[in-house]
Amino acid sequence: MSVMEQDSAGAPARASLLNDPKVRGIFYQIVLVVAITALGYVIVTNTIANLERQNIASGWSFLENTAGFGTNQSLVSYSETSTYGRAIFVGFLNTLLVAAVGIFFATVIGFIIGIARLSNNWVINRLAYCYVELVRNIPLLLQIFFWYFAVLRSIPGKREKWSLFDTFHLNIGGLRLPKPIMGTGSEWVGYAFLIGIAIAIFVARWARKRQEATGQPFPAFLTGVGLIIGLPILTYFVMGMPIGLEFPNFVETGPILRQGFELNVGLNIIPEFLALTAALSIYTASFIAEIVRAGIQAVSHGQTEAAHALGLRNGPTLRLVVIPQAMRVIIPPLTSQYLNLTKNSSLAVAIAYPDLVSMGGTVLNQTGQAIEIIGIWMAVYLSLSLITSAFMNWYNQRMALVER
Amino acid sequence: MSNKFLPLVIGAAMGVAVTTAAGATTLEDVKAKGFIQCGVSQGLPGFSNLDAQGNWTGIDVDYCRAMAAAVFGDASAVKFTPLSAKERFTALQSGEVDVLSRNTTWTMSRDTQLGLNFAGVNYYDGQGFMVRKDLGVTSALELSGASVCTNTGTTTELNVADYFRANNMPYEIVAFEKADEVVGAYDAGRCDVYTTDASGLYAQRLKLTNPGDHMVLPEIISKEPLGPVVRQGDDEWFNIAKWTLNAMLNAEELGVSSENVDEMKSSDNPAVKRLLGVEGAFGEAIGLPNDWAYAIIKNVGNYEESFNANVGPDTPLGISRGVNALWNDGGFMYAPPVR
Ligand SMILES: N[C@@H](CCC(=O)N[C@@H](CS)C(=O)NCC(=O)O)C(=O)O
Repeated sequence: MSVMEQDSAGAPARASLLNDPKVRGIFYQIVLVVAITALGYVIVTNTIANLERQNIASGWSFLENTAGFGTNQSLVSYSETSTYGRAIFVGFLNTLLVAAVGIFFATVIGFIIGIARLSNNWVINRLAYCYVELVRNIPLLLQIFFWYFAVLRSIPGKREKWSLFDTFHLNIGGLRLPKPIMGTGSEWVGYAFLIGIAIAIFVARWARKRQEATGQPFPAFLTGVGLIIGLPILTYFVMGMPIGLEFPNFVETGPILRQGFELNVGLNIIPEFLALTAALSIYTASFIAEIVRAGIQAVSHGQTEAAHALGLRNGPTLRLVVIPQAMRVIIPPLTSQYLNLTKNSSLAVAIAYPDLVSMGGTVLNQTGQAIEIIGIWMAVYLSLSLITSAFMNWYNQRMALVER
Repeated sequence: MSNKFLPLVIGAAMGVAVTTAAGATTLEDVKAKGFIQCGVSQGLPGFSNLDAQGNWTGIDVDYCRAMAAAVFGDASAVKFTPLSAKERFTALQSGEVDVLSRNTTWTMSRDTQLGLNFAGVNYYDGQGFMVRKDLGVTSALELSGASVCTNTGTTTELNVADYFRANNMPYEIVAFEKADEVVGAYDAGRCDVYTTDASGLYAQRLKLTNPGDHMVLPEIISKEPLGPVVRQGDDEWFNIAKWTLNAMLNAEELGVSSENVDEMKSSDNPAVKRLLGVEGAFGEAIGLPNDWAYAIIKNVGNYEESFNANVGPDTPLGISRGVNALWNDGGFMYAPPVR
């Protein structure tokens, strides 16, 4: 208040408008916005004009044209007669698949190694240490090639196989599994699974409330697992076993080319996917291991001692005291590892895994519409990254310290 | 902050507007920098490949050297950019290379939709299949159910899709970006079949562990006219590209080679005189010195010399002239006359 009074009282009351810092500030801001808009406009119109002058096609109508090329993995129906748009979508799903599976395994391996790094057992400790140092210091692309070419050469060829329980078969053509065939009524098994999850969450909440109120523990975890597995199985039998299995067919007679696994019978996980997933998860796991180790070490030992003093045993101490505090340190850097893995999956193109970059690149090559395709790439990776961070931020907030 | 940033933004905006307004021709650019930037493959013996001494060799490489000879009178005024099949057109469109000479098939969509022009055909090819001999396959029509390795971003991957679909044969495609990975995966047994241009099959077979264990099937399933490419919209450079190739073909037809080109300068044949710039001003018309074709033949040779040195019967590829012979020798090679 006093400042304003002084201002209005002081003479000369107003300097020229040109020298008013506020006005100047606003003026520059407006000029900046106009300049950036103009720049954007110039770039866009210029690009379009240049493309037209060079006779390079532009626009989005190419997405409707026939792609004409095939692919070795697609999660939705796709053939050579599908459109370019569909081809890019197939690539997008393949990226999602390898990222999701990669993140799962990287997390599991990373946590195991990270905890092993803290083990009191010298051998386990050193092994984990060597794993981390070896794996995170070798470029990822080399590791992908290693998993693809070195491992590919050491597993049986197309006309032989390694089998486990006569159900899982591995050879250079991939990992073959029985393929579930969904009959009528099978959708109910899926619903039962979802309902199982819902009830499990409900039970877990209820159990926590009850324990907070009465101190009585309830085996919510086991109940949940039982529900999620049991309910679908029960439904499966109630609906009269609507899901059949199609087993891979290994042909041993006839022309040599036809010997080996029959194409498109049973489920085949292609070696390109196996190699890429292995490389991505093993590589990222080495970083996650360090993050986990750092997170656990960040929880002061006094916390464990205090928990022990309260009479908690080792298990509950870890679960209720150490891990919740460690997670706060772990989650933010873990998020960037998840984002890295997703983006690194674009190295797929080196080993014929048809991810978004690979499929998009083929479309780009055929249509020449570089700007549109690169736009799609950027938009997709950006959204994937933003969604992942949004989810992890949400999770982080839930885990954050709540002061009472 | 805005104070410092503002001039930058305006400057950048004006910069963009100005650079697009100017734009020298490719010939001016090339002359200014003193060499031609030529896009080639990442290693296809016979076409464009690094030899043991680290020099680029092959008929596609010779073509680029011939262009350099025509422009500068010096066949070494050229730098090479190895490109994968997938990235080659973008590299040419964006000006990273001045000419693309990379076993590239001339197709309608590439010619009309990518802002590019094909300067002719320096090798008539067709797509073939290679398999292991021990599969006992003798025809491509027996390949039902096979896994097929190939390069992505090629006509090959489209032709193979058409072929298997037309013949109702299921197949699995495994498409790599780089040729070395295709060879590696095929060699490791990931695929039953390796498909690409027939010339490429012979060339890549040399890279396999046991080349003798593999055979090329008799079917040729497509037309693959391979030729050099330039950007559309620069007619002067397009002319130079076309006439470099024509000069090499005409030289062979007229019996002019790197060995006899100096004597041929005093030939009585008016066609030879025109080609070598003794008569007429044909070089001037394409913005080059009048001895442009002489420089090509003297420094690089005619088409026959290039073919025989790189892919011919006496090379590891051992390809006979076949359809790539001159038109008056039963082949398709036919260059418009210099007149
Ligand atoms: N001629 C076809 C295929 C060209 C092609 O890329 N061929 C492969 C296999 S012969 C190749 O050049 N590989 C060498 C490399 O990728 O550097 C086209 O223009 O699409």
